[in-house]
Amino acid sequence: MGFKEFCFRKSLWVFHFGGASCNNCDIEIIDCLTPRHDLERFGILLVGSIRHADVLLVNGSINRRDKDRLLELYNQAPKPLLVVAIGACGCTGGIFAEGNTFAGPVDKIIPVDAYIPGCPPKPEAIIAGIVKLAGKKG
Amino acid sequence: MAVYLFWFLVFPGLLFMAAAGGLLSWFDRKITARVQFRKGPPLLQPFYDFFKLLLVKETILPAQGSRFVFLLAPLLAVFGAAMAGLFILLPLFNIETGFRGDIIVIFYLLTLPSFSYIIGSLASGNPLAAVGASREMKLIISYELTFLLVVAAVIMKSGQKFDLESIIAAQQAGTPFIGSISGVLLFIAALFCIQAKLGLVPFDMPEAEAELASGIYIEYSGPPYAMIRLAKYIMLFILPAFIVALLMNGMTDGTGILWLILKILAIVLLVTLIRNTNPRLKIRQASSFFLIWMNLLVVIAIVLTAFGL
Repeated sequence: MGFKEFCFRKSLWVFHFGGASCNNCDIEIIDCLTPRHDLERFGILLVGSIRHADVLLVNGSINRRDKDRLLELYNQAPKPLLVVAIGACGCTGGIFAEGNTFAGPVDKIIPVDAYIPGCPPKPEAIIAGIVKLAGKKG
Repeated sequence: MAVYLFWFLVFPGLLFMAAAGGLLSWFDRKITARVQFRKGPPLLQPFYDFFKLLLVKETILPAQGSRFVFLLAPLLAVFGAAMAGLFILLPLFNIETGFRGDIIVIFYLLTLPSFSYIIGSLASGNPLAAVGASREMKLIISYELTFLLVVAAVIMKSGQKFDLESIIAAQQAGTPFIGSISGVLLFIAALFCIQAKLGLVPFDMPEAEAELASGIYIEYSGPPYAMIRLAKYIMLFILPAFIVALLMNGMTDGTGILWLILKILAIVLLVTLIRNTNPRLKIRQASSFFLIWMNLLVVIAIVLTAFGL
C-alpha cells in the first residue's frame, strides 16, 4: 500500500444518501458517529457536500425518482469514490424488490464496493464493514 | 535573498506553520471529541486529510463560472495566511525585527483568506456558495471593525508603537497587557474576533453544514480544497500567535518557548470550548453581537487605557 493509498484509507469522508428509506438504517448510521461507537477514530467524517466525499453511503430502496438523483450524485463526485450499500433494501431490495416503483438495488445503477446487509444492520456491523473497506486493496 | 526564501518557505514560514497548524487542528478535534466523550482522531489525521485531498482526489471545475478565479482563490488564501504568519512570527521568535507600521500590513493580510474564499465561491456559480459568500461578507463587515479597534487599543497601550517588535518589547519591559482590566476586555473581544475569522461555531454561518452544505466551500474538491484546508490550518496557528504577541507578552528568553506553546494551546483550547458549547448564530445576531456589544467592550477598554488601568 503506497503513501497515497494509505492517506486515502485513513481519511474516508462520507456522504450519506438515503433513498426511500424507512429511517431505521439512517438512525443506525447516525449511531456510528455518536460517542458510543465514534467513527472519527478511523478518520471518518460526515460531510455536507458530495464534492468533498470519498464514500457514498446509500441506504433504502431505490425507486424510480431516486435513481436519477443517485446517478447524478455519483457523476458529480470526485473520483476515486467508494460506494457502500447499507441494509437489506440497499443490497438487494429487501421486501420492496418486487414493488411497482422499485428501480433496482444499488448495484444495478452504480458499482458498489461493499455491502452491509441487515434490516437494519447493527452499528457494529456497519463499523466492521467500514473497517474492511478501509483495509481493502483498491 | 536565500535567507528570505528560507524564512518564507521553511521556518517560520509555510512548512513550519502548516505542520504546527495541522497539529493544532488535531488538538482542536481531539478536545472536541473529549468534550463529547468520544475517543477522537489519531495524531496525524489533519495531514492524512490534507494529503488525501492533494494527491488522491480529482479536481472538478464548475461548468459555468470563471475557472481561473475559482482555482486562483485557494492559492491566494494560502499566500495571505502565510505572509501574515511570517510578519507575525519573525518578531515573535526574535528572528528579525519588523518594520515600522507592520501591524497594519498584518491586519490587511489576515483578511486576505476570507476575501479569497468569497471570490472563489462566487466564481463557482453555485447558488448555495453565493449565499455563503454573502454571509461571509456580512460577517467580515461585523468583526473587522472590532478587530481594528483591538489593534488600535493595543497600539495605544504600548505608547503609540506601530510595529509588533516594539509592542512585544513594551510588554516585556513592563507587564503583559493582559494583566490589566482593559487588557482582559481586549482579550475577550480578540478571542471572539479570531473565532469569527476562523469560521468556527457560533460564527460558522458561511459554511453552515446543515442548511448550506458547506456553503462557500461547496464546489471545491481535490487539490484546491486541500489548499483551503492548508490556509485554515495556518490561520488556526497564526491568529492565536498574533494574540500572544499583542496581549500576552510574546516569547521571553530562557524557557519562553515552552510558555509560548502553552499560551497558544490555551487560546486554542478556549476557542474550541466556545465552539463546542454554543449553537450557530443567525447572521443578524452575529452582526449585532460584534457591532454593538464587542465594540462597546473595546471602547470601554480604550477609555480605561486612557486612564491607565
